Amino acid sequence: MDLALQLLFTGIGIGAVYALVALGFVLIFRATNVVNFAQGEFSMVAAFLMVVFAVDLQWPYWLSFLLALAGMALLGAIFNLGVYYPLRHRTFLPVIIATIGASILLANSVLAIYGPQPQVLEGWFETPGIQLGPVYLDSQYLLIIAVTMILVVFNYWFFEHTMLGKKLQATSQDKEMASLLGISVSTMIMITFMYSAVLGGLAGILVAPILFVSIQMGSTIALKAFAATIIGGFGDVAGAIIGGLALGIIETFGAAYISVPYKDGFAFLVLVLFLVFRPQGIFGERVAEKA
Amino acid sequence: MSAPSENMPVAVAVPRAKPLLLRHLPYFIGAAILVALTATMQFDGYIHNILMQATTFAIAVFGLSVVLGLCGQINLAQAAFFGLGAYAVGLGTSDYQLSYWLCLVAGCVIALLAGALLGMSTLRLGGHYLAMVTISFQQIVTLVMINTIWLTHGPDGVSRIGRPDLFQSSQSYLAFCVAMLALVGYVVWHLSDTRLGRAMRAVRDNELAAGVVGIDVFRTKVSAFALSAVLGGLAGGLFAGGFAYVSPDQFSFAESVVFLTMSLLGGVASPIGSAIGTGLLILIPEWLRFLKSVPGLYLAIYGLSVILIIRYMPDGIWGFVNLATERWRSRTKTPAAAAALQLKPANVGGDIVLEVRGLSKYFGGLKAVDGVDISVRRGGVHALIGPNGSGKTTTLNVISGLYKATAGKILLDGTDITDMPPHQRAAAGLGRTFQNIRLFRSMTALENVEIGAERPGNPLIGQGGEAALTERAMEALTFVGLGSRANELISSFSYGHQRLIEIARALAANPTLLLLDEPAAGLNSSEKLQLHELLKRIAAQGLTILIIDHDMTLVSEAAQHITVLNFGRRIADGESMAVLRHPDVVSAYLGTD
Repeated sequence: MDLALQLLFTGIGIGAVYALVALGFVLIFRATNVVNFAQGEFSMVAAFLMVVFAVDLQWPYWLSFLLALAGMALLGAIFNLGVYYPLRHRTFLPVIIATIGASILLANSVLAIYGPQPQVLEGWFETPGIQLGPVYLDSQYLLIIAVTMILVVFNYWFFEHTMLGKKLQATSQDKEMASLLGISVSTMIMITFMYSAVLGGLAGILVAPILFVSIQMGSTIALKAFAATIIGGFGDVAGAIIGGLALGIIETFGAAYISVPYKDGFAFLVLVLFLVFRPQGIFGERVAEKA
Repeated sequence: MSAPSENMPVAVAVPRAKPLLLRHLPYFIGAAILVALTATMQFDGYIHNILMQATTFAIAVFGLSVVLGLCGQINLAQAAFFGLGAYAVGLGTSDYQLSYWLCLVAGCVIALLAGALLGMSTLRLGGHYLAMVTISFQQIVTLVMINTIWLTHGPDGVSRIGRPDLFQSSQSYLAFCVAMLALVGYVVWHLSDTRLGRAMRAVRDNELAAGVVGIDVFRTKVSAFALSAVLGGLAGGLFAGGFAYVSPDQFSFAESVVFLTMSLLGGVASPIGSAIGTGLLILIPEWLRFLKSVPGLYLAIYGLSVILIIRYMPDGIWGFVNLATERWRSRTKTPAAAAALQLKPANVGGDIVLEVRGLSKYFGGLKAVDGVDISVRRGGVHALIGPNGSGKTTTLNVISGLYKATAGKILLDGTDITDMPPHQRAAAGLGRTFQNIRLFRSMTALENVEIGAERPGNPLIGQGGEAALTERAMEALTFVGLGSRANELISSFSYGHQRLIEIARALAANPTLLLLDEPAAGLNSSEKLQLHELLKRIAAQGLTILIIDHDMTLVSEAAQHITVLNFGRRIADGESMAVLRHPDVVSAYLGTD
C-alpha cells in the first residue's frame, strides 16, 4: 500500500510532464489541424539550453530558466516560418512529413553539437524532498505538479477570459471567418507555435533533473504525449491533461510490477488498446469530415 | 441513332492489345542482362557491399512507394519490418539451422501479419494516428530486439547467418538479390494499373469519392500497408543473407527515416524514383565519408533534406523528370472512338427503386433530417428540393452511406442498404456525384471513369479486363461529350467539364439509381442547358435519377416528381407542378406574412 501511494505520486509527477507536452500538441492541432511531430524535440532542446546556461555557463538558475523559455519561443517562431507556414495550404501528409523531418533535424543537430553523452541538470531546489507519512515527496516532482496545475488554470483563464485567447480560439475554429473579422490568422498561428514550444520547453526543463538530458528524451516524451492525447480524446484540452496523468500512472505501476525494460512499451500498448476499443478517447473527438 | 444492337459484341471498337508480358518483354530482357552482369563481373568487396545494400534497401523502399506513393498512407516503421525479415532469416539459419527459403518465407509472413494487424487497428482513423502508431511499433520492435536476449542475442546481434545452397558464393547471392529486385520492381511498377493499384490511388486522391464509387477504402489501405510490410520483410531477409551479420541498431527508427528520405528524394510515386533515391542516398554518404566523423550530422542533413524536398520538390527527382514527359505523352495519345453508352439499370421488378422510410439523422441535438419518407419511382427524374439548411444534402449523404442513419430504413431496388458502408451501396447499384466535385485529381479523366466502371457487380464490363474497362469508360466520356479529351489530367478541365466527368464516372458504373447533388451549381446558362439535355438522355435509357438542385427551372422541367424538405421534415411530395404550387412550399421558399 505504501509502495502504491509512492508510485501514485511518482506517476502523477511524470504524467504531469506528458500532460504539458500533450497540451502543446493539442493547441497546435486545434490551430492548424496538424500534429506536430517535433513537439517532443522542443522539450529536448529546452533541456539542452538549460544545460548550456546553468551548467556550462554557470548562470543563475532563474535566469537560465527564463532565457531557455525565451529561446523556445524563438524556436517556435522559426519552426512555424520554416516548416509549417510554407506548407499551410497543402494536405496534412506533407506537413506531417515535414514536422518529422524537423524533429530529426533538431535531435541530430543537438547530437552533432553536444555528442551522445547524456548531460546532468540539477533540480531547482536544494532540499531533495519531504517525508509525508509513508510517502516521500521529491521536491522536483512537487514542482512539476505545481507548475502543471498553475498552467492548467492559466490556460483556462487565457483562452476563456482574454481577448487574445478568444482570437486564438476563433482562429482554430474557423480561419476564414476569423480573418474576415479582422483577426490576423498568420499572427495567431505564430503565437500558437511559440506558446506550444514554450509549453514543451517547460516540460523538458522540469523533467530534465529526473531523467538525464539526452537526445532521445524528445522522441520518448512525444510518443507518450501523443498516446496521452488519444487516451484523453484527440483535440480536447482537458483530455490531454487527464490522458497525460493516466499514462504517467499506468507506466509507473507497469514498470514497478511488470517489467522495467519494457516501461516505454506500456504507452504503446495502452495506445493500441484505445485505438481498437475506444478511438475517440475518454472525452470523445470533435473532428468529423463533412461530405 | 445508330446504337449497336444488344447482341453485338462491344469489344470491336478497341484494337486488341498485345499480351501484357509481350509488351513488357524489354523490361525482362534488361533485367536478365543486369542479373547476368552481376553474376559474372568481378567486384571488389567494398563495391560488392554497396551493391548488396542498395539492392536490398531498394526493395524496402519499393514498399514505401506502394503505401505512401500509391495509397497516401504513412509508414514510419519500414526498418522494423525490414528487421523482422532480417531476424527471421538470421535466427532461423544460425540458431535453429532451418532452411534459408523457409526462413525467408517466414520473415515475409511475420512482416505481413504485423503489418496487417497494425493497419487494421489504425487505418480506420486519420493519418496522424498511423504516423504515431508506426513510430511506436518501431520503438517496440527495437526494444524487443535489444531486451529479449534469449531469442535475439540482444545488442550483440546475430552472426553466422546462412545462405541458400544454390547461392553460396556472395556473387551469385548478389545476382539472386538483383533478380528479386527486378521482379519486385516489376510488380510494384505494374501495380498502379491494376484494380488494386487504381483503388489505392483513388483512396489517396479522395477517400470519400473512392468509397461511393465502390472501393472498400479500409481494405485497400490495409492491403497497401501489409504489402509494404511484406516488401520490407523480404528486403530484410535478403539483407541478412547478404551480410551474414545483423544487429538491432541496423533496424532503428533512424533507419526508417533513411528509408523515408530515400523514397521522398527519388519520388514517392514510382519504383524508378525509389531506386534513384536509394542509389543516391547510399552513394552520397560514401562519397562524403568525412561527415560521418561527427555523430548526428548525417541524420541532421537527412532531416533538413526531408523538409526541403517536401517544400520545393514534393514529387521527388523522378516526379520532376516525369512531369515534363507526362504532358507530352498525354498529348500524343489520341483515344479511340467509342460506341454509344449502354445503361442497363438492374431491375428486380416493382415500381419503386428507392424506398426511404422514416429516415432521421441527428447531430447531437440538431435534427438535420427528421422522419423523412421518399419513394422514388423507376425511370424518370425525382427531385429533392428545399431551402438552404433543410436537410437535402444530409439526406443524400445518409442514403449514400457517408453518414449513418439515426433511425429509419433505406431500400434500394428491394435490398435493405441501411447498414451498408458506402462501397457496398455502390456495389448494390447506387451511384452519386458531389456538390463540391470530388474527382481523383492526380489521374486522367479516363482513369477516373475507369474506376467508376470497375464497380463490383457491374454486369457491363464482362470479366473486368483492361480493354473492357477502357471501352466502357470511353463510352461514358463520349456520352457526356468529353471522349476526345479522355487522356487529359483532371486539372486541365473547366469546372463545368469536371462536373460532367463526375457524372460520367457514375454512369460508367451502370448504377440502378443515380444521385446528383446540385449538379447545376456553379454552371453558366449554356452549361445548364447541356446538363438538362444530358439528364434527358440519361432518363431516356431508363436510369432513375434523384436530383437535388436549387435551379427551379431545371427542377421543374426535368423532374416528374418532387419531394420538398424544410427543417429536416418532408412538407410536400407529389407530381411536380402540383408540388410547386403547394402553399407550404411557396411559403417555405418565399416566406409568409
